Amino acid sequence: MRRHPVIQMVVIGAIASAIGIALSFWIHWFPVDAAKQDKPIDTLYHVLMIVSIPIFVLVTTVILYSAWAFRMRPGQEHEDGPPIHGNTRLEVVWTAIPAILLVSLCSYAYGVLTDIEQTHKNELVVKVHAIQFAWSFSYPQPGGRTVSSDQLYLPKDRPVRFDIDTQDVIHDFWVPAFRVKIDTVPGIVTHLRVTPTRLGSYPIVCAELCGLGHSVMRSTAHVMAPAAFAAWLSREQAPVSAGGAGAGGGGAPTQAQLIALGRHTFTGDGGCGACHTLADAGTTGTTGPNLRMLRGQTQAQIRQDIADPNARITPGYQANVMPQTFAQTLSAQQLDGLVAYLATVSK
Amino acid sequence: MPAKLRAPGWYRAGMFAVLGVAFAYTLVGIVRTAMHFPNAWTDGDAVTIVSLIAVPLFFLVGIGCFDYWFYWVSGRPTRPEDHSSHGATSWKDYFRVNTDHKVIGIQYICVSFFFLFVGGLMAMLMRAELAQPGMQFVNSEEFNGLVSVHASLLIFLFVIPVFAGIANFVLPLMIGAPDMAFPRLNALSFWMLPVAGTIMVASFLAPGGSFATGWTAYAPLSTTMPLGQLFFTVGVQFAGASSIATALNFLVTIITMRAPGMSFFRMPLLVWANFSTSLLVVIATPFIAASQFFVLLDRALGFQFFNAFVGAGKDGSVLMYQHVFWFYSHPAVYIMMLPGFGIISEVLSVKARKPIFGYRMMAFSLLAIVILGFTVWAHHMFVSGMQSWIRIPMMITTAIIAVPTGIKIFSWLATIWRGVLHLDTPMLFALGFLTTFTLGGISGVMLAMVPFDIHVSDTYFIVAHIHYVLFGGSLFTIFAGIYYWFPKMTGKMYDERLGKMHFWATFVFFNLTFGPMHVIGIQGMPRRVADYAQQFAPYNLAISIVSFLLGLSTLIFLYNMVVSWRLGPRAAANPWRALTLEWQVSSPPPIFNFDAVPTVVGGPYEYGIPGAVHGIFQSPAEAKPVGSVATSPTTE
Repeated sequence: MRRHPVIQMVVIGAIASAIGIALSFWIHWFPVDAAKQDKPIDTLYHVLMIVSIPIFVLVTTVILYSAWAFRMRPGQEHEDGPPIHGNTRLEVVWTAIPAILLVSLCSYAYGVLTDIEQTHKNELVVKVHAIQFAWSFSYPQPGGRTVSSDQLYLPKDRPVRFDIDTQDVIHDFWVPAFRVKIDTVPGIVTHLRVTPTRLGSYPIVCAELCGLGHSVMRSTAHVMAPAAFAAWLSREQAPVSAGGAGAGGGGAPTQAQLIALGRHTFTGDGGCGACHTLADAGTTGTTGPNLRMLRGQTQAQIRQDIADPNARITPGYQANVMPQTFAQTLSAQQLDGLVAYLATVSK
Repeated sequence: MPAKLRAPGWYRAGMFAVLGVAFAYTLVGIVRTAMHFPNAWTDGDAVTIVSLIAVPLFFLVGIGCFDYWFYWVSGRPTRPEDHSSHGATSWKDYFRVNTDHKVIGIQYICVSFFFLFVGGLMAMLMRAELAQPGMQFVNSEEFNGLVSVHASLLIFLFVIPVFAGIANFVLPLMIGAPDMAFPRLNALSFWMLPVAGTIMVASFLAPGGSFATGWTAYAPLSTTMPLGQLFFTVGVQFAGASSIATALNFLVTIITMRAPGMSFFRMPLLVWANFSTSLLVVIATPFIAASQFFVLLDRALGFQFFNAFVGAGKDGSVLMYQHVFWFYSHPAVYIMMLPGFGIISEVLSVKARKPIFGYRMMAFSLLAIVILGFTVWAHHMFVSGMQSWIRIPMMITTAIIAVPTGIKIFSWLATIWRGVLHLDTPMLFALGFLTTFTLGGISGVMLAMVPFDIHVSDTYFIVAHIHYVLFGGSLFTIFAGIYYWFPKMTGKMYDERLGKMHFWATFVFFNLTFGPMHVIGIQGMPRRVADYAQQFAPYNLAISIVSFLLGLSTLIFLYNMVVSWRLGPRAAANPWRALTLEWQVSSPPPIFNFDAVPTVVGGPYEYGIPGAVHGIFQSPAEAKPVGSVATSPTTE
């Protein structure tokens, strides 16, 4: 009962820290582990928790103990505490120990950083393009061709290097299940390295405020078995569904081909569906007007709406929200396709 | 002209504001005509932008901030001995240009708290929207606007100026000075604040909505946004100019106006804290001014600083904005914290009836934070795509800056150890601050670790961290300070029971609101989104409900302050038995603070030493040496 208060506090603090650390392992903190980068980062977090919890417990225990043991009791209204001005040894201790602790943590974190950013020889290169408010991905193929997609497809267990660019403002490419993210910076190409290790589909999130549609700038990353990925890639390379810029084959496309290309562009490269609701394409974006309203518009008007969105603004919507760069970023054929598609579905 | 329109005041200010619009309109029209621009006289955007700069300046002239200087410049008599503008006899005096530091202090505090409530209401609207996934109350344009104006108001119009307000009232009293060094500059600094706040709030009226790029206003998003963005760009200039002028004022006041005998190491730690803060403000704030001038020139005049897509050479540099911006905005978090450290040192020492443990280390750690604070800015940019090697030194300095902060926390713990703790409202807020700020500091060290930061930057983990530092940190110290000096400022006592209720409601609901945000952040919920994935719905609903209770808890504070100020019992001169000089004069203090110049004869925190005094009201010549008890610190 009459034990020294410091010993009591050490015992209570140790128990509380143990409970806290146990709790930190029990709580399900992170999204699912889907890449080689995940484990080192998760472990780093748990190590940080193991170091932090006792420090927090120490501070809290001293405060609670002081508030209880040294509280002013009736009759002490005019008493003061002992005039202690300092203690050099204690001050050295609580300067040196945190400094050593922090420098060791930094060294450890540096190790983790080199680990997760390691380069590999057989990297698959995927180009990531950001535009307000959609992601698109392209896979450079031998012979200068490119396969494009509005969703990300990756083979399992193969290191991937993302080359990331943007056509307007800063976005941030983040797959929470891969733990890593990087900004897309106008004017430069940024890089990110990931080795997916788990089959499945994971959300892709824009993490940097990029304007009105920021919270709907989402896509999906699919990690596939290598064989399935190869099959997907060759299917996408087939000329029928080719949507990549400059992928035009010989001869003028038929109307049906144009419409198919337009639909593909609407949900894919163009990213129109991120902002516009269109029943036929199954998109539900609300940043821009619902395209039901295109009913009765001529093809020329639709073309102008895409190429020069500020020319006519739907009441209730703002100018400068829709990018004014589609005439440049889409190929002439994709633009033709979009116009044909939109004119057809809104008849 | 009627006298009302000629005398400084609101009538003349209103007239000058109208003149400002006319001036802007004419200037824009003439320049655009000369440049052969289309719509020379009908371009609303251009007129608004020039008005944003001109009208506040005209208003400040109209309300009377410059009268003395204009008199002096034009050679008219300047009435230097006329102290008619000192002191306040009725509430109306707080709405005039006043050069009394005590009046200005209260003006600062009231205006800041007004914007706290405005910004808080915006947070309530955001939480209402976020209670469920999908869009319910506001659209995404309004939501982004709320996010941005909430942060800008609370940073630039609440935390930074309210500390300046508290220090304005207390600091000259603490060092035994009759006023600040530059009283007229002090008044001008204050009046720029309501101007900046009005501009920011008025942005909601702009076509295209308020500024919506977050308080960071990253280019090139900010340079391509509708007109409302300029309200931030210009508003920050006024808030920043106000900060810089006040900081210069504090520096000169502290360096030149200390009472005889008050050496630097006899200054209370609040004075040390404001000295350090002012150094930070004077050095760092010009950088945010520059970053916003870049945006202004880009947006208004097409300078293309940040347009990376211009010309073949792609000249713009997007990352430069972030470097310049954070070179201010990281030190800014210390600008928003160091004065709070000062308040906590005062409150803990007085309420624990013990000297501050390790006074010199406390002062040196403040200076260490000032220096280190300038070496960590790029930790906000670990995922920005900057040169990757910069991350490593920034990680190390960011971790190391926790050392001086740790010294302060441990010294405060040692200060309350074996004291006689008066657990009243200021003390509860101070102790609450120690726990919540420790949590915020720990998550700060975690964020310094680059690999973990790569996962959680731009997520709710960051939102949780900054609210633990700015709400659990700064706001708790502000509450502690307001309760602690309330008797001195108003001459009345606040209601202790309501104060304690306010503390417990704030402490509990604060932790329940912001604690869970750490979890959803790590789970993958990005910040600044109006809509989110279904998996985060239960957490967000709970957070929203508790946040409304947190919002309601501030009403207890408001009621207590307003009613106690009007009807509270009279406060004694020194209800806390404190040694520092501000408690040695009446509550509220006399117009010129001290009837006799005090002489400082000992340290500010000599509690527990019988007969110890900090200052006496005799001139140095009259003062006899009081012996060794009060002047030589003892060490256990």
